[in-house]
Amino acid sequence: MRLFASLRSAANSLFRRSGTNNELDEELRSHIQHRADDLERTGLSRAEADRRACVEFGGYVRFKEESHGAMGTRFVEHLISDIQIGLRSLRKSPGFTLVAIATLALGIGANAVVFSILNAFILKPLNLPGAESLYMIERGKDNSPMQSYPDYVDLRDGNRSFDGLAAYQISPAGLDTGGNPTPAWLYEVSGNYFDVLGTKPYLGRFFHTSDEHGPNSSPYIVLSYNYWQSHFQANPAVAGSTVLVNKHPFTVLGVAQPGFYGSELFYAPQFWAPIVDQEQIEGWNGLNSRGNRSTWLVGRLKTGITVSQATTDLQSIATRLDKTYPKEDSQISFSLARPGLAGDMLGGPVRAFVTALMLLAGLILLAACANLGSLFAARTADRSREVALRLALGSSRNRILRQLLTEAVLVSLTGGAAGIACGVTLLRWLSTWQPVPNFPINLPVNADARVYLVSMLLAFASGLLFGLVPLRQVLRANPYQVVKSGSTSEIGRRFSFRDVLLVIQVAVCAILVTSSLVAVRGLMRSLHSNFGFQPQNAMVVDTDLDMAGYNGDRVAPMQRRMIDTLQSIPGTTAVGLTDRAPLSLGWNTSVVFDDNATDFSMSKAAAESMTYMVSPAYLQAAGTTLLSGRDFTWHDDRNAPRVAIVNREFARKLFHTETNAIGRYYRSLDGSRIQVVGLVEDGKYMTLTEDQQPAMFLPVLQSPTSATWLIVRSSRDPQQLASAMETSLHALDPGLPFTIRTWTKELNSALFASRVATVALGVLGGLGAMLAITGIFGMASYSVSKRLRELGIRIALGAQRREVLSAALGRSLRLLTIGSVVGVVLGIAATRVLAYIVYQATPRDPIVLAGVVLAMLLLGLLATWIPAARALSADPLILLREE
Amino acid sequence: MPEQAQLIPGTLDLLILKAVSLGPLHGYGVLLRIGQISGSALLIEQGALYPALFRLLRQGLLQASWGISENNRRAKFYELTAEGRKRLDEQTEGWNRSALAMASVLAARPEEI
Repeated sequence: MRLFASLRSAANSLFRRSGTNNELDEELRSHIQHRADDLERTGLSRAEADRRACVEFGGYVRFKEESHGAMGTRFVEHLISDIQIGLRSLRKSPGFTLVAIATLALGIGANAVVFSILNAFILKPLNLPGAESLYMIERGKDNSPMQSYPDYVDLRDGNRSFDGLAAYQISPAGLDTGGNPTPAWLYEVSGNYFDVLGTKPYLGRFFHTSDEHGPNSSPYIVLSYNYWQSHFQANPAVAGSTVLVNKHPFTVLGVAQPGFYGSELFYAPQFWAPIVDQEQIEGWNGLNSRGNRSTWLVGRLKTGITVSQATTDLQSIATRLDKTYPKEDSQISFSLARPGLAGDMLGGPVRAFVTALMLLAGLILLAACANLGSLFAARTADRSREVALRLALGSSRNRILRQLLTEAVLVSLTGGAAGIACGVTLLRWLSTWQPVPNFPINLPVNADARVYLVSMLLAFASGLLFGLVPLRQVLRANPYQVVKSGSTSEIGRRFSFRDVLLVIQVAVCAILVTSSLVAVRGLMRSLHSNFGFQPQNAMVVDTDLDMAGYNGDRVAPMQRRMIDTLQSIPGTTAVGLTDRAPLSLGWNTSVVFDDNATDFSMSKAAAESMTYMVSPAYLQAAGTTLLSGRDFTWHDDRNAPRVAIVNREFARKLFHTETNAIGRYYRSLDGSRIQVVGLVEDGKYMTLTEDQQPAMFLPVLQSPTSATWLIVRSSRDPQQLASAMETSLHALDPGLPFTIRTWTKELNSALFASRVATVALGVLGGLGAMLAITGIFGMASYSVSKRLRELGIRIALGAQRREVLSAALGRSLRLLTIGSVVGVVLGIAATRVLAYIVYQATPRDPIVLAGVVLAMLLLGLLATWIPAARALSADPLILLREE
Repeated sequence: MPEQAQLIPGTLDLLILKAVSLGPLHGYGVLLRIGQISGSALLIEQGALYPALFRLLRQGLLQASWGISENNRRAKFYELTAEGRKRLDEQTEGWNRSALAMASVLAARPEEI
């Protein structure tokens, strides 16, 4: 009741403030008139009575103020007047205001961007109904998300913990809607996929478990909303129409919801097809082999089942699999992982990187706050006279503090809004970014309500934080002293709070600069390191002959014809074929055994080797150096003994020698003997940061594949060459979908992670540097302006330029040095973390160290330049006249 | 003029409640009523009455309405709410108890100990 009454009174006072004001005036005046009436009755004249009544009433304005306070209206009124005064005083010093807002905008903007990435990839559950109960199943100690299809079937049918368990694979296919076939990316999924993920069709219907009747039994596809928009003109009649997938007729069943991309965050498939049709889509059926692990699983836990219960359940299936299939599934084990980032395969590094990024962004904000804190402290010191006057005139310290805090919050909210605006623009761009050529990357990082809320809260909190810095100054201010002496002098104190702030800020900036330099150096090195092939002056053609309907015995002759055609283009020095290019998306590995092996179970393997099926002259076209032995010829076919070319790591692992590897034998999983005929240099195969992997190259005629990558080495202009290649391949078969690009461009996907890391760190480093400049600049110009009079007198007394400079800026420069040293040391410690993400990132790199020192020196020089010039040009005459 | 006592801090609210409990009053009337019933023994600064009135109003102990005074002037009249009356009774009792206690303490003579 009382609360309600006070709320109502506050609300009334807010909306009818002037009304209350008039009413109060009327009431007080009525009181005075009543008193005057009484006094008049005692015989005074009316005028005298009025005067006496006023005097007796006491401080009219004071009581009016107090009455307002008692009514609960003062808070709002003070706030409004604080805001007005704040705006006025900020407008009076536009330089300060702009610097403060820009500083904070940088800090908040960086945090908004990084937080949305954190939000999109880690905090937010998948955009699917009941996403918290969805889990991926991972295998083994290294948490690989890849499972074999037969294992999937056993898991699906044998578990008691999941409401449903779906399987999916990412793969490309040629989609022909009646015109030219175009390469498209799809998910091959199990029949229960859409039901497990709990999504409804936007148009038409989905396929279900009941549509699966063995291999190639279910010729249906479902389009993604975006692909339907862009390639089918959003035609609602598409459901029921027929398209060709790799020349096989499929019926379009329906269209998925907008925004539904399955359970992986980074991948936006263009359509979905049943996994049982794998043979038609990929050209071969890998679903029957328990050793072929390329299927990902996602399942929905039953309500009430915990993760550990489910793991135990899966483990009992694993034990059974181990016993039943000792060859393929020996010592198999399963665990659950959060879906969205290929389980822990991508999830681990992404989480680590984003967390590190968030820490750095937090540091940026801290630096910005320190910066603003010292700016505000300096400003308060400059306004010490004003503050002192207000105190002397009877203002309360409380109100002055509130006024200063309001100003800080005004700045922080404006800066925050500006920062968010910049951040959102950047995020918009980021979410449409396609960093990997011809692969539909989806970065769902647009800002949502949570991002706005967190950013605004951060802005507000930092406003309070740096607004509190001048608190002590005001509380301790002695108005009489200040008014008397002109300004507070802090001579005698060795280190003030502001100095500490500046050191922290410089240190933070040095950390950021160090990290970004380390990252940039790492990327430069990774671009110039030895990949084991030469991407310069080479073009790649990427196709799958299966997309054009070639299979079985028709594949090899077609591949031969393609090679010959490209070879005949003028300027081409070598053409080679491989089933996959190294350092592109995806790779093949297979286990190999010692020549004397008799037990071919996985656990007895001598090594797991990268595997490439290549044509003769591939090594030459790729620029891979053959160290000894011979290249393949077209006679290494099915009728010839099986041969292989291996890298040095393979030779070391299998034969414990590099020199005598030629001519020796090893065995593949099926037990066949393979002779090593050539030895090539080591290279990079999966990622730039991998440990050295063993690799073997097999002749394509002995291990046929429809996946076709053609490497064309030529010194000709890539554009001309590409069109020549396109014409000749088109002439060979007009129905063949393919893509042509330079190998360097193709490598973008391999360098993607380190590029992103470098760009992010570079930007943060740049932000740090800018903050360092504004911070040092603020500090230096403040200390110069404080001591301008003293400097003027020194100059008048004949001080040398050097002495003036050291008096004016010595302190700032000393602080800068301390901060830089601390920052570099911390930065070196921090970049160890970076080494996991950025290839060859080492902080103990003389160039990086020199670079950091140079950068900090330059920053210091830049930031103190203007204040120094001002100190040197101090004119004693003018200065002395001013006071 | 009788000797005037400074108001004990915190008692103004109680005085106002008591004054108003005897019938609706405007601000000046409250002062007059307190002066009248205390025999002008209590000194209240006139303006200081208003912050106290608004405080009580905000606590929901008083309610106010505009009317015409005996001088034929517009004035705001205050009266007690039900809650105000409850508060007045409580505080009167509390005051009497502590006044009694104070009085007996101050009246103590050496032979009583």
